[in-house]
Amino acid sequence: MPVSQTNSKIIYEALKKNGIGLVSALPETWLVHLIRMAEDDPEMILVRLAKEEEAVGISAGAHFAGVKSAMLMQNHGFLASINGIVSFAQLYRIPLLMLISHRGHFGERDPWQTQGGGVTEPLLHALGIRYDCLTDPKTVDRKIADAQTLAQSSLYPVALLLTRELMWEEQ
Amino acid sequence: MMQRLECMRAIYDRLESCIVVTIMGAVSVELQSLGHRPNFFYLLHAMGLASSTGLGLALCRPKQRVVVFDGDGSILMNLGGFTTLARYRPKNLVHVIFDNESLLSVGGFPTATATGSDLARIATAAGVPRSTTVQTVEEFTAAFDEAVKSNELSCIVAKVEATGPKGYVTDLSMLENRFEFAGWIKKSI
Repeated sequence: MPVSQTNSKIIYEALKKNGIGLVSALPETWLVHLIRMAEDDPEMILVRLAKEEEAVGISAGAHFAGVKSAMLMQNHGFLASINGIVSFAQLYRIPLLMLISHRGHFGERDPWQTQGGGVTEPLLHALGIRYDCLTDPKTVDRKIADAQTLAQSSLYPVALLLTRELMWEEQ
Repeated sequence: MMQRLECMRAIYDRLESCIVVTIMGAVSVELQSLGHRPNFFYLLHAMGLASSTGLGLALCRPKQRVVVFDGDGSILMNLGGFTTLARYRPKNLVHVIFDNESLLSVGGFPTATATGSDLARIATAAGVPRSTTVQTVEEFTAAFDEAVKSNELSCIVAKVEATGPKGYVTDLSMLENRFEFAGWIKKSI
């Protein structure tokens, strides 16, 4: 599978360095290595979801308990979580570190992914959620640290879009 | 038919050392009417996520008892969450669902539990190890105590009357509640 294991590892190690103790996830192709790394890590609490919105509640519970968490989801999962993000995380000032695979953008071959790719960034803007794109493995570490810092200081959701350039190795 | 308030009154003393999460509406107002405590968090929106919040808390605080007061309208918005609860089945979580078969605070329209959907059986089918439906305050109290004693993830569906308080806004601000709650948990290590 051409999902980059090397870059997934860089992302996972950055999460660990930033003290992430719980990862919630709903599988999606680009996230497979990240989920396996969480699965193989005895220090990580991995919560496999039925639907992504649950992750907002789980991350809020973890935050109340003093545990830093990250959410792994596809952009369509972000779309499915919006009520929870607005009426829990934003309303109650809960920090969320959302790692969102940015499907449906340039290079996307799956026709069914293409609609969501066009609305992800406009929705993040509309929600006032600050975000950045992870494209270059060299800047992943810094960007994850910075995103986590802002989530914790603002007590607000932040998002990192995982791009094709980073996640997918063309064969 | 039993009253939700009477159920909460019957176990109120047992909640003193528990981490408690409630849904919005009557449950939140009635628990506050019995006496707010810093270990009570009232999720006044985001219907469906009280149980997920309880799961996050229970997994991250395995040595503390977590009690979720849910409702039929709320849990019906997150039935998939039952399968997530069941997958991790935290031993320290008691999931109480007050089932009044209606969306009381928005006009009392019937939910699907009014037309035969059985939440306790849904919980069992999802894999929740212990689930039961209770009709009286005595049964409720006994079920709660058994759930705590069993030390297994438990779901208690309490059939209650579709009556509630006159209003749904209390003097406690949402953010004050949220920060006080997080502060209580931090100190309770």
